[in-house]
Amino acid sequence: MKSYVRRYPNTWWLNKSSYFFFMVREFTSIFVAGYCVFLVYFIYKLSQGPDAYYALIEALKSPLSIALHVIVFIFAVYHSITWFKLTPKIMILRIGEEQIPSFLISGANFFAWVVVSAILAWIISVV
Amino acid sequence: MTERTMELEVLRYRPEQDQKPSFQTYVIPFKQEWVVLDAINYIKDNIDGSLSYRWSCRMGVCGSCGMMVNGIPKLTCAAFLKDYYPAKVRVEPLNGFPIQRDLVIVMDDFITKLEEIKPWIIRKEGEEKSLEEGEYLQTPAELAAYKQYSMCINCMLCYAACPVYCIDNSFIGPAAIALAQRYNMDSRDQGREIRQEVIASNEGVWECTFVGECSRVCPKNVDPAAAIQRGKVSGTIDYFKSVIIPWGGRRK
Repeated sequence: MKSYVRRYPNTWWLNKSSYFFFMVREFTSIFVAGYCVFLVYFIYKLSQGPDAYYALIEALKSPLSIALHVIVFIFAVYHSITWFKLTPKIMILRIGEEQIPSFLISGANFFAWVVVSAILAWIISVV
Repeated sequence: MTERTMELEVLRYRPEQDQKPSFQTYVIPFKQEWVVLDAINYIKDNIDGSLSYRWSCRMGVCGSCGMMVNGIPKLTCAAFLKDYYPAKVRVEPLNGFPIQRDLVIVMDDFITKLEEIKPWIIRKEGEEKSLEEGEYLQTPAELAAYKQYSMCINCMLCYAACPVYCIDNSFIGPAAIALAQRYNMDSRDQGREIRQEVIASNEGVWECTFVGECSRVCPKNVDPAAAIQRGKVSGTIDYFKSVIIPWGGRRK
């Protein structure tokens, strides 16, 4: 007896909010990866000497550059939060029969994130 | 008082007469205590005896009555009409599987995958105990390590919720990987390396993009998404061991 195979719609990610937010998370990774490439370029300019470095710094002060930075920052924060929230699924730790509650696993990650960010902010403010 | 009613929109596919599936609407009585499966049984008994679907236990144990209810994979024995009333409820066969007839899907692919991961306790040659030697003992902590993954009832809701599987069904899929994990983490089992051939393959854990929907729809809180991610972690550790430690690639 012939069976029927239904086509899975290309718009599947619009059918449910959890699918949509998954796609947003994946989409934000493009910006995170793009900014990593930019950071490599930044280091390259630094290696070219002070003139090249300060020319780049000046170029980065343009309104377009600032707008792009704001967008990348928002996406990077979204990306980080969604992944930290998923860490309890990846790291499952047990003490005897008891599983360490998931809020402690993700909480530890968020805490480390805040501490590292604060240290960086302090270094930037001092330098 | 007149009886309250509601509409059930059911996907029909009769291979001997239909070229493709189409929806048929049935008006059924609304009862506070009814689940979607009760409504479908009512249709079968009183309105249209030709409607085909799978069901058995009516209490979330057998895993037979999984269907798409308003687009979400659910056990119809646990989906109460009162949560949808007075709106129309749309019932379809599970996503990602070919339709055999009406709400019945072809599950051969899932069964094949389940067999591929060898969901039974594997002992190394010469390490199998004889009946006289008795059972393999296990502490409560050892049981707790895998118990969650052993609660799977093979209802396939996780497959229907998984866009990766629905788009390309070469993926081994959530339930099969969770079950592989269930045996891998069992202190009595020694078959992890054999299962890794399937689990660490291209169609295994690495196909998963971590949508996480499998765990959201699971009626037994098996959390297949976690099982898959843990499979990725242990697969990665295996890889680094094989690269860094000369003898680390294979467990003895």
